[in-house]
Amino acid sequence: MTDLRFAPGKVVDPKRAVKFGAWRVAEYRFYSMSKWMGAIFAFGLGNPILYLISVGLGIGALVDANTGGQGILGVSYLQFVAPALLASAAIQGVMDEVTFPTMDGFVWDKLFFAINATSVSARQIADGVMIVALGRGLFTCLLYLGVLLAFGAVPFSSVLGLIASSMLAAWGWAAVMLAITARLERDEGYFAIIGRFVIAPMFLFSGTFYPLEQMPIYLQPLGWLSPLWHATELGRNLSYGMEIEPSMFWTHIGYLALLGVIGMAFTYPKFAERLSR
Amino acid sequence: MSQSKEREVVIRAKDLKKTYKDFVAVNGINFQVYRGESFGLLGPNGAGKSTTMKMISSVSQRSSGELEILGKEPNTQGPEIRAHLGVVPQKDLLDRELKVWENLMVYGRYFGLSRKWLKGKIEELLDFAQLQDKRNAKADDLSGGMQRRLAIARGLVNEPEILLLDEPTTGLDPQARHILWDRLFRLKEQGVTLVITTHYMDEAEQLCDRLIVMDKGEIMAEGSPAELIKKYSSKEVVEVRFGADRNESVAKELEGMGDRIEVLPDRILIYAEQGEPLLAKIIESGKNPITSLVRRSSLEDVFLRLTGRTLVD
Ligand SMILES: Nc1ncnc2c1ncn2[C@@H]1O[C@H](COP(=O)(O)OP(=O)(O)O)[C@@H](O)[C@H]1O
Ligand SMILES: [Mg+2]
Repeated sequence: MTDLRFAPGKVVDPKRAVKFGAWRVAEYRFYSMSKWMGAIFAFGLGNPILYLISVGLGIGALVDANTGGQGILGVSYLQFVAPALLASAAIQGVMDEVTFPTMDGFVWDKLFFAINATSVSARQIADGVMIVALGRGLFTCLLYLGVLLAFGAVPFSSVLGLIASSMLAAWGWAAVMLAITARLERDEGYFAIIGRFVIAPMFLFSGTFYPLEQMPIYLQPLGWLSPLWHATELGRNLSYGMEIEPSMFWTHIGYLALLGVIGMAFTYPKFAERLSR
Repeated sequence: MSQSKEREVVIRAKDLKKTYKDFVAVNGINFQVYRGESFGLLGPNGAGKSTTMKMISSVSQRSSGELEILGKEPNTQGPEIRAHLGVVPQKDLLDRELKVWENLMVYGRYFGLSRKWLKGKIEELLDFAQLQDKRNAKADDLSGGMQRRLAIARGLVNEPEILLLDEPTTGLDPQARHILWDRLFRLKEQGVTLVITTHYMDEAEQLCDRLIVMDKGEIMAEGSPAELIKKYSSKEVVEVRFGADRNESVAKELEGMGDRIEVLPDRILIYAEQGEPLLAKIIESGKNPITSLVRRSSLEDVFLRLTGRTLVD
């Protein structure tokens, strides 16, 4: 047995150690994730393909036939739903990556407590979770976009704009979910509730499958609250040039950014509080 | 004691207090830990040992009082302090999905250590923890003793100045405990300061140069194991059993024998400088214990003296 060579307190430079903690948290999560890259890839590709075939082409054929080839608002149904599907995929991808790891970190395996025993701070852990979530969301988003392009559902020139609007919505929503998840002391099946009563309705009331204005006016505020609607409006403007007022354009961006800022503002102190009990 | 004044203090706690809502878990304790020593917190479950450890590990915020670790303030310099601490929590908190070597690599990366350096370090740590055969096993598949050793190896990956071990051998079989004790002795030889909590008095006697005895969030006594035994107990103890129903009444008749008598539910303890003559005297007086034994005083006796209770119940 070789003996441990040991120089207590010499190998770690504290000034260096306290920097980039968020990236190290992310590095580790990406590393664990890489082990099931195949599944992530298959899911990331399979999901949009199935959606586009069933919704875009199936329902689309019906809608387009009934509108005399005019689709909705002058574009094919596929082009109409594409930006919404993309944003929703990004939001969903990010959502899974903030909720489950955070529950794991605080409640199930309590790994955040182990991480926080190193030079990594509570805030860096929260940032690390967010970096991973956005990375995963971006990955999902890119795969989805690839499929959309292949189906001719979005023009190539709109790619950057669509990534930006979808990811902004994903970030805003993820930040809110992170703030909420950080407040769950126990696993009481909140995710099933959130999934059923928040995510699913959000998907349905965000003007995803038809313009929000088709809804009775008293239901429209549900869409106004939903990050998906804002991202969808932006996306439709960016992809096929659906007209929106410049003030609304900036309102959408402002709302999504506000969600993100508020979400993180409520996330950091809660992470710090829970880890310092 | 003038010598101890020259020694460097690495942990200094003054009126350190921690409350959870209304409950006082640590009630204003004072102690110092010197560089290179092995310092113990001995006390029963619920004494506040883990709570104190979490404050020392610069994560848990104290409710009041002062705490200085390596000359720094944990409330504001937590990450800098933790860069030089090794923490082995009461629950191992390993990443169960990752392999043994990956657990060490990931943890080392949190300190900003390079992968290249860590590769070499991991080999050393696997040797040290006797986990070379298990390097590719998932942490989840290890035995309790192995998980504990992995947690200790993980706590050493940053070559810490202070290693904090919360109940390092609870739940381990005797052989695994002795392996661990041996590892900890080696670490001390390398100059690492050890802070160990335990509710095993034999562990405290084996491992600790100095310790505090804690109960209900307070410090009952402080000193080296030998000093504590000398101060709070006689040199030897006679243990006699008369059966649960008779212990109490026989104890009354034994009064006046030895320095002190403690009656436990299952036995009577009589403290004296010399045990054998006392036992002879008891038997001469016509009391026939079912079993009897003479042993040296231990920290268990110190705790009993201080609190009227046993450490492990
Ligand atoms: N997070 C917490 N919230 C409320 N009470 C706690 C918490 N942690 C510990 N306690 C209480 O504080 C007391 C001391 O606990 P602890 O420090 O874990 O003791 P020990 O490690 O000596 O067994 C116990 O009564 C325990 O129930
Ligand atoms: Mg404890």
